[in-house]
Amino acid sequence: MTAEAGEDWTAHLLAVRDRQDRVAFAALFQHFAPRVKGFLVKSGTSPALAEECAQDVMATLWQKAQLFDPERASVATWVFTIARNRRIDMARRAARPEPEDLPWGPEAEPDQHAALELAQETALLGDALARLPQAQRALIEKAFYGDLSHSEISEQTGLPMGTVKSRIRLALDKLRQSFEGARG
Amino acid sequence: MTTTIRHHISDRLLMAYAAGTLPEAFNLVLATHLSLCDDCRARLGAYEALGGQVLERSDMAMAEGGLAACMARIEGLAPVARPQPRPARGVFPAPLAEYVGGGPDKVKWRPLGMGVRQAILPTSRGATARLLYIPAGQAVPDHGHRGTELTLVLQGAFADSTDRFGRGDLEIADEDLEHTPIAEAGEDCICLAATDAPLRFNALIPRLLQPVFRI
Repeated sequence: MTAEAGEDWTAHLLAVRDRQDRVAFAALFQHFAPRVKGFLVKSGTSPALAEECAQDVMATLWQKAQLFDPERASVATWVFTIARNRRIDMARRAARPEPEDLPWGPEAEPDQHAALELAQETALLGDALARLPQAQRALIEKAFYGDLSHSEISEQTGLPMGTVKSRIRLALDKLRQSFEGARG
Repeated sequence: MTTTIRHHISDRLLMAYAAGTLPEAFNLVLATHLSLCDDCRARLGAYEALGGQVLERSDMAMAEGGLAACMARIEGLAPVARPQPRPARGVFPAPLAEYVGGGPDKVKWRPLGMGVRQAILPTSRGATARLLYIPAGQAVPDHGHRGTELTLVLQGAFADSTDRFGRGDLEIADEDLEHTPIAEAGEDCICLAATDAPLRFNALIPRLLQPVFRI
């Protein structure tokens, strides 16, 4: 597992899910806890509370590892949704009804190929985000940090996200394929 | 599976929902639509992937001992098992059913006149959610909007100057839209609506009633 190829976080999380692998969890923690902390601080949380919440989010990752489905989300995506929900809880800004957790068809054989393709697509989405002009990237980041109201997003960006938008579409195609595969 | 949904969540709203920055009433309408719409669920996944990549770029050093403290937390936690798929659903998908404690028969409807009924759902400040019951063939009083209004059809259908909306369809109306939704003949129409500003009725009488009915 080289740095160039990027760590296979999916494999780490599956090791946690299937074997309660603490070494794999430690690696996940070293990578994602600082990112959760940074995400929460940039969302307006104090560093001390963000540190606490990052531990909490990572503990939730361990606790809910059974729910992780690599065909539906990369590890970064999944960590993001846990951190986001934690931020909503903290702010008590709004209770957040979750969509019904619909089954993705009859229990299909795990499709490692689909999971890999989704992980690759997600990484390319990250590359596209990195290559955006700074001002555009900052708007997207602010939208996720909660610094922009939804009307501001529309007025200020009109989502002029160029390559990011096309990468979103490609990630979406992968999700749809895995969706349709599961539904048979 | 519903395959006939033609009116979906806009990119702008879906991104804000993925970011978790919308008021509760909007979250409720969107979570209910997402429970009916595979297409928007997949699109939500793509926006959450974008959120994951924003998170990837948000590195900030942790204090020493974080991992050990986290492992200590984990010791006391029972693992969460994968939930069983739920049985077939009724008119109200799960997020809405949880708010009203069941289906349409559990709703505490209040008459608005002409057979139209509504029920305000308890949500936090910033936006209001309500259920609307419109008898088949009946019109909802002509109204415009100060803010954004989301209307999700759960039963029956309605049509206005823009289009026809059936079960699962989401109408996103902004300040420019003055409309008179009319329920289609045949089946009574039930909608879940949310707005971030009070509705503005054009006729005098409904406007006087507005404070009374909190609409």
